[in-house]
Amino acid sequence: MILTKAQYEEIAQCLVSVPPTRQSLRKLKQRFPSQSQATLLSIFSQEYQKHIKRTHAKHHTPEAIESYYQRYLNGVGKNGAAPVLLELANEVDYAPSLMARIILERFLQGHEQTPPSKSVINSMLRDPSQIPDGVLANQVYQCIVNDCCYGPLVDCIKHAIGYEHEVLLRDLLLKKNLSFLDEDQLRAKGYDKTPDFILQVPVAVEGHIIHWIESKASFGDECSHHAYLHGQFWSYWNRFGPGLVIYWYGFIQELDCNRERGILLKASFPTDIVTLCHSTA
Amino acid sequence: AAVLESLLREEVPVAAAVRWIARSTPSSEDSSEVAALSALRPLRKEFVPFLLNFLREQSSRVLPQGPSTPAKTPVASAALPARQGAPARGGRGARSQLFPAAEPLSAAAEAPLARRAGRRRGPGPGPSRERGGRGSGAAEEGASGESPPWAGGRKPKGSGSPGSPRLSLSDPPNLSNLEEFPPVGTVPPGSAGRTKPSRRINPTPVSEERSLSKPKTCFTSPPISCVPSSQPSTLDTSPWGLGLPPGCRSLQEEREMLRKARTKQLQQSPTPASPIPESGSPVPSRTGNLTAEPADPARVSSRQRLELVALIYSSCIAENLVPNLFLELFFVLQLLTARRMVATKDSDLESSQGALDSLDTPLFRSIHDCVFFAVQVLEHQFQVLSYLDKGTLKLLAENERLLCFSPALQGRLRAAYEGSVAKVSLVIPPSAQAVSFQPETDNRANFSSDRAFHTFKKQRDVFYEVLREWEDHHEEPSWDFEKGLGSRIRAMMGQLSAACSHSHFVRLFQKQLLQMCQSPGGAGGSVLGEAPDVLNMLGADKLGRLRQLQERLIAPQSSGGPCPPPTFPGCQGFFRDFIMSASSFHFNQHLMDSLSLKIRELNGLRLPQHEPGDEDGESDMDWQGERRQFAVVLLSLRLLAKFLGFVAFLPYRGHEPPPTRELQDSILALRSQVPPVLDIRALLQQGLWARRAVLTVPWLVEFLSFADHIVPLLDYYRSVFTLLLRLHRSLVLSKENEGEMCFLNKLLLLAVLGWLFQIPTVPEDLFFLEDGQVDAFEVTTTASEHGLDSVPVVDQQLLYTCCPYIGELRKLLASWVSGSSGRSGGFVRKITPTTTSSLGALPLQTSQGLQAQLAEAFFHNQPPSLRRTVEFVAERIGSNCVKHIKATLVADLVHQAESLLQEQLVARGQEGGDPAQLLESLCSQLCPHGAQALTQGREFCQRKSPTAVRALLPEETPAAVLSSAENIAVGLATEKACSWLSANITALIRREVKAAVSRMLRAQGPEPTARVERRGCSRACEHHAPLPSHLISEIKFHHCSLQDVLSLAAGPRDPEEGVSPEHLEQLLNQMGQSLRCRQFLCPTAEQHLAKCSVELASLLVADQIPILGPPTQHRLERGHARRLLHMLLSLWKDDFQGPVPLQLLLSPRNVGLLADTRPREWDLLLFLLRELVEKDLMGHLEIEACLGRLNEAQWPGDFSEELSTLFRLFLAEPHLLEPQLRACELMQPNRGTVLAQS
Repeated sequence: MILTKAQYEEIAQCLVSVPPTRQSLRKLKQRFPSQSQATLLSIFSQEYQKHIKRTHAKHHTPEAIESYYQRYLNGVGKNGAAPVLLELANEVDYAPSLMARIILERFLQGHEQTPPSKSVINSMLRDPSQIPDGVLANQVYQCIVNDCCYGPLVDCIKHAIGYEHEVLLRDLLLKKNLSFLDEDQLRAKGYDKTPDFILQVPVAVEGHIIHWIESKASFGDECSHHAYLHGQFWSYWNRFGPGLVIYWYGFIQELDCNRERGILLKASFPTDIVTLCHSTA
Repeated sequence: AAVLESLLREEVPVAAAVRWIARSTPSSEDSSEVAALSALRPLRKEFVPFLLNFLREQSSRVLPQGPSTPAKTPVASAALPARQGAPARGGRGARSQLFPAAEPLSAAAEAPLARRAGRRRGPGPGPSRERGGRGSGAAEEGASGESPPWAGGRKPKGSGSPGSPRLSLSDPPNLSNLEEFPPVGTVPPGSAGRTKPSRRINPTPVSEERSLSKPKTCFTSPPISCVPSSQPSTLDTSPWGLGLPPGCRSLQEEREMLRKARTKQLQQSPTPASPIPESGSPVPSRTGNLTAEPADPARVSSRQRLELVALIYSSCIAENLVPNLFLELFFVLQLLTARRMVATKDSDLESSQGALDSLDTPLFRSIHDCVFFAVQVLEHQFQVLSYLDKGTLKLLAENERLLCFSPALQGRLRAAYEGSVAKVSLVIPPSAQAVSFQPETDNRANFSSDRAFHTFKKQRDVFYEVLREWEDHHEEPSWDFEKGLGSRIRAMMGQLSAACSHSHFVRLFQKQLLQMCQSPGGAGGSVLGEAPDVLNMLGADKLGRLRQLQERLIAPQSSGGPCPPPTFPGCQGFFRDFIMSASSFHFNQHLMDSLSLKIRELNGLRLPQHEPGDEDGESDMDWQGERRQFAVVLLSLRLLAKFLGFVAFLPYRGHEPPPTRELQDSILALRSQVPPVLDIRALLQQGLWARRAVLTVPWLVEFLSFADHIVPLLDYYRSVFTLLLRLHRSLVLSKENEGEMCFLNKLLLLAVLGWLFQIPTVPEDLFFLEDGQVDAFEVTTTASEHGLDSVPVVDQQLLYTCCPYIGELRKLLASWVSGSSGRSGGFVRKITPTTTSSLGALPLQTSQGLQAQLAEAFFHNQPPSLRRTVEFVAERIGSNCVKHIKATLVADLVHQAESLLQEQLVARGQEGGDPAQLLESLCSQLCPHGAQALTQGREFCQRKSPTAVRALLPEETPAAVLSSAENIAVGLATEKACSWLSANITALIRREVKAAVSRMLRAQGPEPTARVERRGCSRACEHHAPLPSHLISEIKFHHCSLQDVLSLAAGPRDPEEGVSPEHLEQLLNQMGQSLRCRQFLCPTAEQHLAKCSVELASLLVADQIPILGPPTQHRLERGHARRLLHMLLSLWKDDFQGPVPLQLLLSPRNVGLLADTRPREWDLLLFLLRELVEKDLMGHLEIEACLGRLNEAQWPGDFSEELSTLFRLFLAEPHLLEPQLRACELMQPNRGTVLAQS
């Protein structure tokens, strides 16, 4: 699961302008059978998000919004059951969930006098049945379930994956009899920056001292890793010394270049943990 | 000068001169020769500088290449690895230009000799002027009318030579000639080359100037930006220029050069990149070409003169009359390793033939002279040399010139090398570790607002980001700190608004500073910003580095000569640059507060923490830890003080002293108002008083080394300098009195002080000026007897870490090796095994190293108190463990040794054996058992440490942390104990066994032949037996002691006195106990008991014991007596370990007791004799001999007869003892007659 930069770029290359749907993912899986689904999904998601970030603005011009809304209205006017919104999103190369949000916002603006609050829209996206228009509700729902990169469903999945891995890590630590402080305990003590786990007694992994472990249920690509380094990992190092980051879905090998400096990357829970020798040899 | 001359003429004995130099008390010098000297007393303080100048001058010809080999000029400089940086060149260049060419003299070649280019008499416009200037100065200084003859050159003594005519002769053309001469120019031959520029400031004009009450500011210097050529004009426009006597003016120029060179150095060296590349790179290619002129002891000219000067020079060094000991050593080693000498023209030699004894004659006329002189001085300085590190000693000992000139010194050096354990190695600095976040000080509760808390959070991250960036880039030449990080740092500092945030940040800054730079490796590993030192690489794990290493050895590194200006090596540079870039007065103020506080705290730390150990054994172990701790504290203090000095003097830091005296006065007036940032004078006084100078002075020196030019002029700091000077003078190395400072402690202080005196901002005249006042100084050592100064806290490692410039000596010697014998490969061959062995040992080290790292990391995020606790526990338990082993295992082994010894003594019989051999055999049997010490020690530490840790840590400590802390404590304690034990247990056992053996052998009494079997008491013995002394005389148990019995028997006695048979029995029982328990039994007591018991037996035999009881029965019953005799026999047989004088039983006196009894009772005696034979206590023949002797005595007639009968009876039936005994008993009722009948 640890990819070289070249391997990674090969995958990323395949993902240019691919809609974030099951089908795309299946194709990707066929193309790179040796990679795990989760890794591919994670990479896919990240690449897609980068793509969306780049194109976000152009879909949010008033003209674009208006044009999408008209196309939507036309579409559902012809056939309300057809996946109008999803196809529109795929056609303009935008995330279905986000397209749904644009249309929903526009729709609500048209029907109510005041512009809808964010929380209302979020709530409606989470639960399309709240949308006053039944057709739109269906269209929105279709978008959300078919979007594997954005949307409340995906957010929820991501959150769950993150949590699961934290629990997994906690179990592994307990099993290894390594005592630790978790994020909540650290916050309670007034720490300003809190990794997932701080080991009360440091260990060594592959010859490197580890004070803290951060679990990342994603693939570590350059972009996200640098953001994490800046916002989290170095801050942890600045306070607690060297530590370990586990990218459960793998990472780009070349990024693991700060080992000597105190940031160690792993794609799984390390196997060769050296603890402080309790028996005095 | 006159003095030196008269010395050379042997007018004055050397010893007197040395005394004269050292003390200024003329009262003690009343001999006639010395009177001549005391006349010269005003010159006294000028003597040393003159001597130094003289030597430098004389040697100047050694290093430059002769005219025949002009192409090689740079080579000489390569041979001498002193700096040849730009500043030195500048000074040199200017000077050289001023001398019209005739005899080519390579300026570059001279450079290394002068520590500082500016120190030489720089811009003297010509030889005559040079002399003139000096002459005038000297003339005025010699108010007594004695003008130094040297000053006038060929002039006779006693006539002051006004310098002005000479000055006017040469001045204008030379000044205008400035640009016309090439930089590496030539100097005129002068008259016989005597006008070489001096390398030292002659302080004479200074004192003169003082007497005119002109402050030193008259030596104005142009701003640093001035190019050398602009100098003369500055001089001319100087308001002082015309008012000064001519001598002063030339001096003034010299000063300017000096200042300039120094300030340039100062400016340049802190920026790590600039001067360094220059030093190493060109050298290796050239050293190969270099052939050193062989030096031959047989070709030394004027041996006596050289010896004499060497002696005086050495005495000056020994008395600390020179400012910098190591500088002088460096100079001497330069002489030793000089490559070749400027070919002296024959005419020179001839012209000076006539005046061999005068100073006009060159002292060093050949390389042979130089080497001879150097070796002479080295011989005198052997003690100092022997304390240098192993590497230097090795190089010295291997120096073939040294071997050739003084095999004796070489032998001593070799011995010192072999005995030296002072391997100075520099640890590769660990990569930066961040200061850990401690909730107690760092969480929200410590901040005034959420905003402050979050601001600080960001600042911490920015600080480390900046640090990381610096780590990545600072070695790139194109990278610039200010450009790269300056704006980010200022932006961050700008966010610090609340004072409390400042203090938080300063705390972080200071902690990080200590963490990164405090470890010896952190600062020392990259000395003066260099790449890792040669020694660093020895431990390197790559064979590929060997090549690099080799190159480095051939091209020795230079780290700024033996007196580099203060710098910020390694990561210190980051902190310096950070302070500079931040340029925040808030920050600086908080930083100064914090640094001062920490300095005070560390300076006041109780060191040593433990009482000097009572037993030399494990106290030795304590001292290792003590020394390590001292080193940590000292290095931290030095670091903090350095930064405090840097920040404190930062606002005043200029390149130049103020140009005019008015300006200076006003500055002085202003500055004297400012209270010192830290009361260093008080701290210094305290340090001296409490005999902790070895801790206080090194950091004080660091602090002062950043002082600006004005500081030494301020009264407050002047008094500090005076104190330091006095201290310097008092640290005479050869004096090693009781309670004096330890040698290496002194050496450290001398090194740092010597370095301080050479710092550019410290006025060079300070040292010699204060000279006169120094004598009155006495270190008041009344306060504390256990001051740190007398504790050997400094080792070579610390010395070299604090004073990396001492390493220059080694580099100088190494450069010699590389030039002369490097290609033979001796060096590389010797290094290779080291490298390979370290390769082999590597895997082991890493797994251990990882554990050590883990332990270190464990403490990192825990409160500091946890670490202190664990270390304390480990330290104490480890120490106790050794004591425990000593009390158990070693004590047992000693017991075993005693019994083994007894067996051996018995086996070997009376003649015993050689004690040394005995000891050897015992030790070889017992020492293997020492291995158990490790197991037992480990067990002890495992048992004791956890409880102690548990008791000392707070209860809320998490279980995992607690158990780790316990385990680390166990591990540390075990390591401490076991490393000591494994290194020392054999020696300890040996020592104890040896003590026991010698105790035992001594205990055998005065006759060494009387070694009889001896045993210790049995294991179960609890030593409750009656004391032998009580038995003999004092025991009052039942009013019965041996002495009582004996005295009662011997009478006179009162009728009612007597002993009961029971008491007698008890007495014998006690005697048995006492003999079996050897605890309190001294040999004389045992001998005495033996004698008494024999007497008792005789009394019993003679029935002379007065028995208490009914008046009818005064006699002891037969059965009783026999029982008592049996007891005695068994005591003699089994319990006495010393000889029992049984033959006394048959002494005429004791047998005579029988004669007095009526009727005589022979049966008991016969019984006793037979038992003695039976029990093998006495031989048959021995008894016969005794009986035979008895016959010869005078006895009453009947007694003789009875005695003969006894004799016959004894002889008659030697083999039929039992029946005979019975017969005796049967005969009891009428014993007298029975005997008679038989």
